[in-house]
Amino acid sequence: MIEFTDVVKAYEQGNTALNGVTMQIEDGEFCFLVGPSGSGKSTIIKLITGELRPTSGTVHVNGYSLERIRKREIPYLRRTVGVVFQDFRLISKMTVYENVAFAMRVIGAREREIRERVPYVLELVGLENKANRHPNEMSGGEQQRLAIARALVNNPSMIIADEPTGNLDPERSFEIMALLQEINNLGTTVLVVTHAQNLVELFHKRTIVIEDGQVVHDGMKVGG
Amino acid sequence: MRLNNIGYLLKEGFKGIFTHGFMSFASVCVTVACLMIVGSFSILSYNLDVMVQDLNQTSEILVLVDSSLTDAEARSIGTKINALPNILKSTFVSREEALADFIDDHNGDSAFSGVQAEDLRHRFIVTLEDNTKMKQTDDQLKQIPGVAKTDAAYELAEGFTTIQNVIHIVSVAVIAILLVVSLLIISNTVKLAMYDRRDEIAIMKMVGATNGFIRLPFMVEGFTLGMLGAVLAFGIEWILYDALTVRVAEVDALQLFKLVDFQELLMPMVATFAAAGLFVGIVGSWTSIRKFMNV
Repeated sequence: MIEFTDVVKAYEQGNTALNGVTMQIEDGEFCFLVGPSGSGKSTIIKLITGELRPTSGTVHVNGYSLERIRKREIPYLRRTVGVVFQDFRLISKMTVYENVAFAMRVIGAREREIRERVPYVLELVGLENKANRHPNEMSGGEQQRLAIARALVNNPSMIIADEPTGNLDPERSFEIMALLQEINNLGTTVLVVTHAQNLVELFHKRTIVIEDGQVVHDGMKVGG
Repeated sequence: MRLNNIGYLLKEGFKGIFTHGFMSFASVCVTVACLMIVGSFSILSYNLDVMVQDLNQTSEILVLVDSSLTDAEARSIGTKINALPNILKSTFVSREEALADFIDDHNGDSAFSGVQAEDLRHRFIVTLEDNTKMKQTDDQLKQIPGVAKTDAAYELAEGFTTIQNVIHIVSVAVIAILLVVSLLIISNTVKLAMYDRRDEIAIMKMVGATNGFIRLPFMVEGFTLGMLGAVLAFGIEWILYDALTVRVAEVDALQLFKLVDFQELLMPMVATFAAAGLFVGIVGSWTSIRKFMNV
């Protein structure tokens, strides 16, 4: 669960990215977070993943209080949150299988667990036949599927997708959104940060609109 | 941390050495060069120390006894000399013995054939415990009744002490500078490795790897490079030093210089090289990792 209560985030340079944000995303929800560039969306993601601390207010994510989290607890918070980026952030010298296995290995998973879990996740995202390919041998849509597989492999309770369709054509974008929907159906909370108004309207999910660091809409329909 | 994780981390650390083969080679070479210079200075310093100490111990004070004293009275001064602080030993040399030494020193030169024992004085050759206090001891010897004159080369003794001090200071400075150079080189190699893998590190942090897990392969890399440099430097140093010892022993003109046997230096050198390699490797990688951990 994500819970922001009256969160203010001011940067050292003086600009205030978030100005009294209050929102709550329950376990198992599928939610869009939309807003123009510079509205504070990235700051929200960084607060959720423990990259930033709020200036004031409280942020609770999967049982961790981010305003007072200890540095050594942050890796454990991040294991509960899978993050997917617009630019995929894959390791090009590793194969599809190794990219996913790497995410398990670096949190200390056993080899046996890795051998069992990676094929399952690759099948879930439809890449079971491309395990030995390298990312640069794959389409953008496939690379994003791989990024989702990597985010999922450690079984997080929540996936945060930051502009996951930003580099994809409309068809591939729709496929990725359908995949995220499927993952949500399996019980994982999904938060999609996007500019793609057409997808927001098409999927008809709860949408939080943020402008100038404030929540201006929270509901099923987006105004305008 | 599980055993299979440790295996993985070690493997990653060693892999890193070969991934940046040229930089790894360069850092090992620089570490070898720096440690060899450090080692050479340490050995030189130690050898000069031993040499200066030997020379120092041979510097003595000559105490000439008043010629009006009888043999027995002259000999009795020895007790007073030995009662002074800083006296290692004193040897009585009679007029007759002094004359024999004198004739011996001048190879029976006829120009000195007229010299009689009565022309010389009874004397004591006094060896000190600490030559840095030679002047002080010389003053005390002059106060003893029956002592006519003393001859102490304390300027020479002070010169030896100054040489020793200069060698120590120069050695410490050179060792410190070269250690810092090695440290920077290893640090840069690890920094390069980390820069090359910054995306991996960002992903590791993103999926929840702990800092310790991220750090360890780079520490292994730095440690291995440092130790490899130390082992090679030690081996080369040993071979070269042994060869030099043999050469010095062979050359007549260098008979004054007797180099200390490497066996005598073995343990301190092993400890110094291992500590330097470890320090350079671990500290070098640690300092470069810190910057990349804030991803």
